[in-house]
Amino acid sequence: MARYGPNEHDVLIVGGGGAGLRAAIAVAETNPKLSIAVVSKVYPMRSHTVSAEGGAAAVIKPDDSLDDHAYDTISGGDWLCDQDAVEAFVKEAPEEMIRLEHWGCPWSREENGSIAVRPFGGMKNKRTWFAADKTGFHMLHSMFQTTLKYDPIDRYDEYFVTSLLVDDGRCQGVVALELATGKIEPIAAKSVILCTGGCGKVFPFTTNANIKTGDGMAIAYRAGVPLKDMEFVQYHPTGLPFTGILITEAARAEGGRLLNKDGYRYLQDYDLGIPEDKPVLRSMELGPRDRLSQAFEKEKEKGRTLNGPYGEFVHLDIRHLGKEVIDEKIPFVRELCRKYENIDPVHEMIPVRPVVHYIMGGIHTDINGETLLDGLFAAGETACVSINGANRLGSNSLTELLVFGARAGRVAAEYASSQTSFGSRLEALATDEKKRIEKTFFNSSGNRSERVADLRKEMHNAMEQGAGIYRTETSLKSSGEILGELRERFKKISLEDKSYTFNTQFVSAMELSYMFDVAESIIESALQRTESRGSHQRTDFPERDDQNFLKHSLSYKTEQGSARVEYQPVTITRWPPGERKYGR
Amino acid sequence: METTITLQILRYIPEKDPDPFYQEYEVPIREEWVILDALNYIKDHIDGTLSYRWSCRMGVCGSCGMMVNEKPILTCETFLEKYMPGPVRIAPLNYFGVIRDLVVETDGFMEKVKRVKPWIIRDREKAPSEGEYLQTPEQLSEYKQYSMCINCMLCYSACPVVGLEPEFIGPAAIALAQRYNYDNRDEGENQRNDVLLADDGIYECTLVGECSEVCPKKVDPAGAIQRYKVQGATEWWTSVLLPFGKK
Ligand SMILES: Cc1cc2nc3c(=O)[nH]c(=O)nc-3n(C[C@H](O)[C@H](O)[C@H](O)COP(=O)(O)OP(=O)(O)OC[C@H]3O[C@@H](n4cnc5c(N)ncnc54)[C@H](O)[C@@H]3O)c2cc1C
Ligand code: SF4
Ligand code: FES
Repeated sequence: MARYGPNEHDVLIVGGGGAGLRAAIAVAETNPKLSIAVVSKVYPMRSHTVSAEGGAAAVIKPDDSLDDHAYDTISGGDWLCDQDAVEAFVKEAPEEMIRLEHWGCPWSREENGSIAVRPFGGMKNKRTWFAADKTGFHMLHSMFQTTLKYDPIDRYDEYFVTSLLVDDGRCQGVVALELATGKIEPIAAKSVILCTGGCGKVFPFTTNANIKTGDGMAIAYRAGVPLKDMEFVQYHPTGLPFTGILITEAARAEGGRLLNKDGYRYLQDYDLGIPEDKPVLRSMELGPRDRLSQAFEKEKEKGRTLNGPYGEFVHLDIRHLGKEVIDEKIPFVRELCRKYENIDPVHEMIPVRPVVHYIMGGIHTDINGETLLDGLFAAGETACVSINGANRLGSNSLTELLVFGARAGRVAAEYASSQTSFGSRLEALATDEKKRIEKTFFNSSGNRSERVADLRKEMHNAMEQGAGIYRTETSLKSSGEILGELRERFKKISLEDKSYTFNTQFVSAMELSYMFDVAESIIESALQRTESRGSHQRTDFPERDDQNFLKHSLSYKTEQGSARVEYQPVTITRWPPGERKYGR
Repeated sequence: METTITLQILRYIPEKDPDPFYQEYEVPIREEWVILDALNYIKDHIDGTLSYRWSCRMGVCGSCGMMVNEKPILTCETFLEKYMPGPVRIAPLNYFGVIRDLVVETDGFMEKVKRVKPWIIRDREKAPSEGEYLQTPEQLSEYKQYSMCINCMLCYSACPVVGLEPEFIGPAAIALAQRYNYDNRDEGENQRNDVLLADDGIYECTLVGECSEVCPKKVDPAGAIQRYKVQGATEWWTSVLLPFGKK
């Protein structure tokens, strides 16, 4: 909750997850004279990066190559990735990962002390670095602890950002509310980097933490910055049925098998290869996530899944790996199963079903994290560069935080150094924002009766029904309409809690309003993309259509409510669009 | 009829409550619910003014620690059924200032974490182009356990010394210092000794061992302290008293 510095900085970073902390260190190393602020709604080490399990990809072994990593990423993304960005990504990834090793990250090792790597879905070679199955946890804590040694990095812990300060067409800071006191104040900065993470909470069933509500995307969108490729939402094939807790892909990489209700490895029926005893790279259980989640839906249609209190599920079987391998390589999987499902995967099969996990889309940036608004940058899950295209490969995201967090940090540092003064309207803008918040949330006059929890639930239903794994024009339109109604009702939102001290109901209401923007952008982009590609599957348009849609969608906020969608070509360097082949 | 259970929750909103008080809520019991699910149920359906922290709901972000029936636990990791037939008492973590309801002051703890210099300290740092530092699985296992701390602060709430001496640097910070001290890439032990051997440092600990009992991640801070007292300190004394000695 405390603040450790004056309210004026050179570079301000919103978000203390992997991307935000990497950016902060990059700024400090680019120019130690710059004053840096990390503003975060939770203490940085609570950020969602902490729950990433499986690993982070970077080429390090002699039998691997940068081109292989690039090709896996591009084909995994169904050719919607910008190939110049992917090339930069795979090239800078190893150095970034080594840097993290130098900062103390406890990577798992080979006997001789060098870095160990594991296979991962959609990757042709072993290149996923891991710290057992708490990779994100270790990366985040190592980085957070490392930031403590840099004096220029100030922190605003438990400050909730409500909007950007834009004066003279230039982003010059943010308005934030200090949770402990309810004080709303401007924090000025010569450049701002949004590293606010994803938006899984737009859906009801997700691996994402409570804080992943797409705040940064909505904040940028409201300031006129377009969101890119928002129709691409990744379902992870293996979540625990009630909680949505993730069972990492590493479980399959180590040899775990997916079985339908007859104990049959059903992936073989979906052009993903033939079952072998040992895991085969880019095949069967190690196919890409979109294809695995879609196969589940098809099995469900055929009546070959199992029925439980929380819907249909299949089994993930890791028993044959034995206790020793499980305890050494994927101990967290065992811990989570025991704690939350009351089963021991050493002896029992794990019930799993697809669960919303990640958004490929995000704030439109270039290869350096620059957005279309001067002075505003973005990195991490909240940004879309894009290296993930229509489907992210597991273990590329953690590495993306490092590569593009660092790039954004360096460029934002340079930009800040080139700015000399602040606009004259910052205080006035902040006062307006304060009034808006008071009026919307703390004023009890008028006919106000809508509750946050109710509206959120209805939004969840609409998103699950209309914008899930398979979509149609009808389903999307009907969800879009519901969303419009919910927005209207939100104008009558009523908070029971009028306290200025740690008002979490206020935070939930703000987050809900952010999620409406994000949901709107997802639905509108999905509606207008009349093709199927990667994670975006339209049953009314089942084929990929390179003629019309080898393009990024850019959605802009409009006065009327629904987004305006424009398109921008994909950058192709060396890999012309081809067929995605797995298991053959 | 649905089975229910009574939660007695310590409430405190500084603008209006002169003192904290217990408020009762009756919530349904569901087999798969952890305590945190019951709190969320209250927030969504009964009383939107209840404040508490949470995020990951999978025992790894460290936000949701509270006193439940006088014991510090992670509420997202503990099933509600365990407390049948109730009532269950839920209060903010012991020995921390209360901001509101179940939300406690964390800055003091954060300062202690920083004080032990939890980063790799070396005379000469390798450039990334020189590749990784080698670390065998055995070397990793030397400190791995101490690196599992999620900063949930439960150990501070269980520690009687923290109760008496709020300045005591405390179990998690000491375990964190040891996490770096035992890392073969690190050379900062002497700098950390200055902190650990200060007045509010390790010698305040009376080896009660409660910290390790409550730690949800088996970090074993008590073990880290014990190991330090036995081995680390002798080395340090040797280095001070015999500057030309073995190290
Ligand atoms: C369960 C799980 C497992 C995963 N496993 C893997 C894996 O093995 N490999 C892999 O590559 N990827 C994995 N991912 C994906 C990856 O972890 C995430 O994409 C990545 O960690 C996101 O990091 P980030 O820095 O962008 O955001 P986050 O870590 O989510 O951080 C966001 C930050 O923004 C702050 N913030 C947000 N809104 C506001 C606001 N309004 N005001 C102030 N601050 C704000 C938050 O406080 C937080 O500090 C996994 C994801 C999940 C959910
Ligand atoms: S040592 Fe254990 S109890 Fe203490 S803060 Fe760390 S994880 Fe929590
Ligand atoms: S909510 Fe993250 S540890 Fe409990």
